[in-house]
Amino acid sequence: MINQYETVFIATPVLSETQMKEAVDKFKAIITNNKGEIISEENWGLRKLAYPIQKKSTGFYYLIEFKSDGKLIQKLETEYRRDERIIRFLAVKMDKYAAEYSEKRKAKKYVEEPVKKEE
Amino acid sequence: MSQNQSEIRYLTPPAVEIRKVKYCRFKKNRIKYIDYKDPEFLKKFLNEQGKILPRRVTGNSLKYQRKLATAVKRARHIALLPYVTDLLK
Repeated sequence: MINQYETVFIATPVLSETQMKEAVDKFKAIITNNKGEIISEENWGLRKLAYPIQKKSTGFYYLIEFKSDGKLIQKLETEYRRDERIIRFLAVKMDKYAAEYSEKRKAKKYVEEPVKKEE
Repeated sequence: MSQNQSEIRYLTPPAVEIRKVKYCRFKKNRIKYIDYKDPEFLKKFLNEQGKILPRRVTGNSLKYQRKLATAVKRARHIALLPYVTDLLK
């Protein structure tokens, strides 16, 4: 059964940019190696956490949207748990309204981005 | 004397009920999906301590109140919203 999912994870702020990229590539590889199809990804960068997690007040946020079989989620989550770089993660199934919303969100962003560059 | 009787005086002005009609803003604006990634929007439905406001205050329909609650809980999990605070706004 192929579903659409969305996952957000928070990596520790102590990582350098290349280390962060490695972590992202690792999880993207897990998705693609298990017959998942990445639809989109979003890097939110370093953000302040609303409350401290593992005594850290900031974290790198990364969002991946993908289509896959439901069994992949378990694999992905165990990998998240094993990885020390990840301090928090969330994987949710998207219903049709969620998919619609994310389409709109992406469309909006593409409109906004070139405006920012002009400034 | 007779004048006083016709003019009824109250110590406190009588409470005339002017009830504001509440509505579900999700239904009205046709919002089908409540995004947990947008903490600024979700903050409209929280009180200062970061608690979810009841339906009787916000006027949300049951369907969307439930969806709102899950969205808020997801946002709390990924540290976009606090579980407990003071002076959120």
